[in-house]
Order: sequence, then C-alpha cells, then structure tokens
Amino acid sequence: MRELLLCPPDYYGIEYEINPWMSLAHVAEVSVAQEQWKRLHATLSKFCKVHLIAPQPRLPDMVFTANAGLTVGRKFIPSNFRHKERAGEQPFFAKWMVEHDYKVDWLPEKLYFEGEGDALFGNDVLFCGYKFRSDIQSHRAIAEMLGCLTISVELVDPRFYHLDTCFCPLPDGGGFWYPDAFDEYGQRAIREQMTDLVDVAPEEAMHFSCNAVVIDHDIVLPAGAPQLVTKLQERGYRCHPLPMTEFIKAGGACKCLTMFMPQREKA
Amino acid sequence: MFSETIELRGHIIDSLILPKVLDQILTHGGNFKITEVQIGRKRADQSFARIEVSTETGEALDELILRLRQQGAEVMERANAQVASAPADGVFPLEFYVTTNQQTFVRFDGKEIEVTPGIINSAIAVDRKKGSARAVKFFDVKKGDAIVVGHQGIRVVPVQRATTHTDPFQFINNIVDAEEPKSAIIREIAEELRRVRGAGGKIAVVAGPAIVRTGAGRYLVRLIEGKYIDRLFTGNAFAAYDVERALFGTSLGLNPDVAIARGGHENQLRAINAIREAGSIARAVRERLLTSGVMHASVQHDVDIVLIGAIGDEGPIPGVTTDVIECEKILRDKLRDVTHVILLATLRYSLAIGAFLANNVKTVCVDIDPSAVERAVERQPLQSIGLVTDVEPFLRELADCLSGSKVSQ
Repeated sequence: MRELLLCPPDYYGIEYEINPWMSLAHVAEVSVAQEQWKRLHATLSKFCKVHLIAPQPRLPDMVFTANAGLTVGRKFIPSNFRHKERAGEQPFFAKWMVEHDYKVDWLPEKLYFEGEGDALFGNDVLFCGYKFRSDIQSHRAIAEMLGCLTISVELVDPRFYHLDTCFCPLPDGGGFWYPDAFDEYGQRAIREQMTDLVDVAPEEAMHFSCNAVVIDHDIVLPAGAPQLVTKLQERGYRCHPLPMTEFIKAGGACKCLTMFMPQREKA
Repeated sequence: MFSETIELRGHIIDSLILPKVLDQILTHGGNFKITEVQIGRKRADQSFARIEVSTETGEALDELILRLRQQGAEVMERANAQVASAPADGVFPLEFYVTTNQQTFVRFDGKEIEVTPGIINSAIAVDRKKGSARAVKFFDVKKGDAIVVGHQGIRVVPVQRATTHTDPFQFINNIVDAEEPKSAIIREIAEELRRVRGAGGKIAVVAGPAIVRTGAGRYLVRLIEGKYIDRLFTGNAFAAYDVERALFGTSLGLNPDVAIARGGHENQLRAINAIREAGSIARAVRERLLTSGVMHASVQHDVDIVLIGAIGDEGPIPGVTTDVIECEKILRDKLRDVTHVILLATLRYSLAIGAFLANNVKTVCVDIDPSAVERAVERQPLQSIGLVTDVEPFLRELADCLSGSKVSQ
C-alpha cells in the first residue's frame, strides 16, 4: 500500500503573498479549509496509509507537504525553499523523516528546490520544473543523487509556479497537463518522453485540475474539471473530485497537500 | 566585441536546454561557438557543453548572460591578459605576443578589446585608460609602452568558411590555373566590385609595371573612371612607365600599339624628369602636361595614389616614399579601411601589402607566375581568389564586365 505524508491545517491561512493566487484581501475560510482537508484525508486513506506530521505555528504553508522534499526509496532530499516565509518548514520535515528511518540527503544550500512540487516521476524519467521556485541547477544535483534521467522544463506562467500545478503523470505512461504553462522547449521535451498526454482546458487548469494525487487507477483531484474527469474515466481511471477552494486561495490543492513516501521505490 | 564562456551540464540534450540556450543567444543578437561537447552515452548520463558567447556591446552580453544563467549556464572566469613594459624604443619585452592576421581580442577587467589593425607579425600595445589595443611594429614601440606578453587573456577568432557557395572568395580551390577558364570567375569578381562600390566598401589596387607595359593601363583607367578604385598602391616604375606612355607613347621604350619600338629607354628618364620639373604628378595633370594614363585618371578621379620606392628606382618621381620604415607606416595607415584588394602582377608589393591586411579583407591576386599567386593567396586562404594569367586579358575582361559591354576575346 502506498504511503503518504499530510499535515493537518491547524495553522493554515493566508498570511503573506508569495504567488499570484495569494491575496491578503481574500483569506481562506478556516472552518471550510478544515472540512476540505478532512475530506481529502478521508479519501486518500481509502487507498493509502496516511502519515501525519505535526503542524507548527507561524508556518501556515506547512500543510502543503509536497513541497517539503522528494522521497525515493528510503532517501529523502529536503527542499531549499526560495521564500524565507517557508524556509522554516525544512527542519521539521527533515527531523520527521529521520525519526521514520529515512536517510536525509541534503542539497547544497544555495540551490533552490521545492520537492515534489517541482519533481514528478513519469515512466523512468524525473520531470523537474524550474524558474519560479526551483533552480535548474538543483536538477543536476538531484540527477546525480538519484542516478536517473532528469528532464528540466521551464515554467512560464507564474500562476502555475510549481510543476505539480500544471503536469500530472499517470501510471500508464501518459499524463495530463496544461501545455501553456511551459515554454516551447519544455513542451517538446515532455512530449518526447510521454505518450497520450491529455491537454487540460485553460478554464479547468485554473481550478488546479492538474494538482491531482494518482494512486494506481484512483485519481483524487480538485472539483471543477468535468471535461478532464470524462477523459480520464474513458481511460479507465476512477476520479474523486473534491472541493479545494480554500487551498486554491493559497495556490495549492490535492497534490500540494500530499507527499509520497516514497514517490518511487527506485529512481 | 564582448564575450564570455559558459558551461552547461546535466541532461541538456533530452531537456532541450542546449538548443534553447543556442536559440536564445541568436535571438538576442549574440553569436556562439561551441568549443567542447560531451554527450552522455547512457540514458542517465549527463552531458556537457562549453560555449563561447559574444555580443556587440557589454550591456547586451550582461543581459544575455543573465538569461542564460536562468537556463543553468555557468559563466567561466576568464583571466586578464598580461602585460610588460617595453624596455627601450623599438624593443619588445621578452615573451611578447606575436599577432596573426586573425581577428584578435585581449581581455582586461572582464572586458574584451579588439586589437586594431588586425595585422600579422606585430606585438600588441594596450592603453587600459583608453581601453584600446593596437597591433604595433618595432618602429611603433616606445620605451615603457605596455605590451601583451604570453597567451593568457587572448582570444583569436578565425574567419569561418561560408557554408553556402555564394561567395566567390570562399571557393575551396581558390586558385584558377593558367589552363583553366576564367570568364566566370572574372564576372563574379566584377559583380563583387559592383556590390562593394554600392555598399560603401573601399577597393585598393596594387599595380605592377607589367600593366602599363602590356598596354592594360587603359583598362585600369576604365575601372578608375567607373569609380571602382579608391586607392592605388604602386611603385616608381609603374608611375614612370605610365607617364612615359602618356608623354611619348612608349613604356620603357616599347610601344605596345606598334611593332617597332621608337625612342628607347631614354624616354623613361625624360618622363621622370618632366614630372620632377612640374613638381608632382598632380601638378603635371593640372598644368595639362600629363593628359592621359593611369596616373592622370587617378588624379582626375581623386584616387588616392600611394607610391612606394625600391632600390634601383630611377628618379624617383615626386611622391614616391623611399624610407622603408616610413613606407610601412603609410601602408598600415592606408590599408586600415580597405575592404577589397586587387593585386595585379607584382609579387614584391603583393607580399609587402599582405603583411598589413586584416584577415577579413577580400583579395584578388593576378599574376602570370603560379608561385607568385600561391604566395599571395596563402596569407588570406579563406578570403582570396588567385588567377594565373597575363594581367592584360584579365583587366580587359574585368573592365568589359564592369562597363556592361562584354567583348569577345
């Protein structure tokens, strides 16, 4: 059974603005956010073993565990957050992983890298996004640490600032994505590695539809993408759309709230 | 020209980072030269590329490098060039760098300065306050001048062979032998001269005395009248024969138009004497003493005449520079802005002038002696055409092509 790491949203809220979605004028409804997170937790718990890390005060984004690092086998590579507002999360995640028998492999401090948010396996390739949050230089270090082919793709739309906001690989070798979030080279590089890519319509991409958790044939994704759901169902996937409005206000949804432990057994 | 060397590492082929970086360099007005590439053999192997990036201005380079850094490019630290003081007038310091005729840059304080003029067998004197680097000959150097030593911080940019076949100066076999047809190549040369004249280039002719003696001076006059010549480099003999022909109908006693010579060698001395009496060739033209020939046409059409002396010259005719060092200085200065040089039947001047030509100057060399053509062409292997032929038919055909009236031979 796949294992996941989530963080309860006890301290979640919009307390700063570090992406185009965040606005101090439109803060999240705390009780609604709590409810939405509980439904996500309950849904994922049906297919996976879910671990919880203790939330910390003054770290409202700690709830987005995907950005904490990248786990492959028993190796955990902690993130180096670009924004100081999130940098405080790193020691808590590293400590938790050590306590759970993961070997922590640190990146050089000067390389920004935001974990699974910008690093997703598809087929035998690790796709890595860069520019807004992670540096491309970190991809080379990750590739050396893991010994796998790493395809670096440039993100060009600040609304889709992490790779997992616009790209979701599927276990059948395909995936779904919002192509306009990538430059022409990134689009070509992804197309060369993946078959049967489903393009997500712009209006559905804006609902963070690509920010989905895929567990074999179950896909947990934010509500608001009926066209995508139909296409995925036609390909034999069971879709579980969940309301994520209060987390989208912070620029995150199902996938951002979830870290795989590990994402892959082997790179 | 400003340049930096960048390095790319990682899965730069599968991620298309290498083509992206090269495209960005070109779309932002830069140029690149890949100096090293190592492609990973297995799927997970990383690749490596070292690329020299250059732009016209320092600002453009800074902006471009900023973009390339975002794509993972690492900028290589480049060393400054080293200098030492000239120990005495006319003496270079030990280990002084000797130039080729390729475009050369020296690096100081992170910026590259182009060495001008781009001439061979010189040292490089730098003035860091002015930000200039000059190619200097022995006669140029003064005690205490800062001269580049060693090879550090020097970048040489060889002329690249064109990948299209549209440029006649970059034919692979750039010498046309005596037994090979020449009309097509002469037409191409004519076309090039026409294009250059329109594009503001500067054309120099280096003329040997055989032109006058074979009666080809009249074709040179047609080129001058057509404004195809900006500067005429020649010697005392050419000028003397040309004036002799104008005044007496002979050159070195021979009349190319009649079978029987009249007047003999004395005509040459009388011609020189006439110009010496007039004071200068220009004055002889103004006073209507000299009314035809190449010298006359040059004065009439404001062609800059550069007369270089040699041992054995009679006279010399006024205007001939006889001091060798002075001649070198004149050649350097007068060739600085020249874009095209036509070397006609004179090995001696061709080689002297070749020593002062930058590598991007296009050269045509015409001589009846194959080894003379070979020696002149080897200096500019990617920018020159050599024709082994008598100069008279060459000039006749060139003049016909340029005047639009192709005359059958």
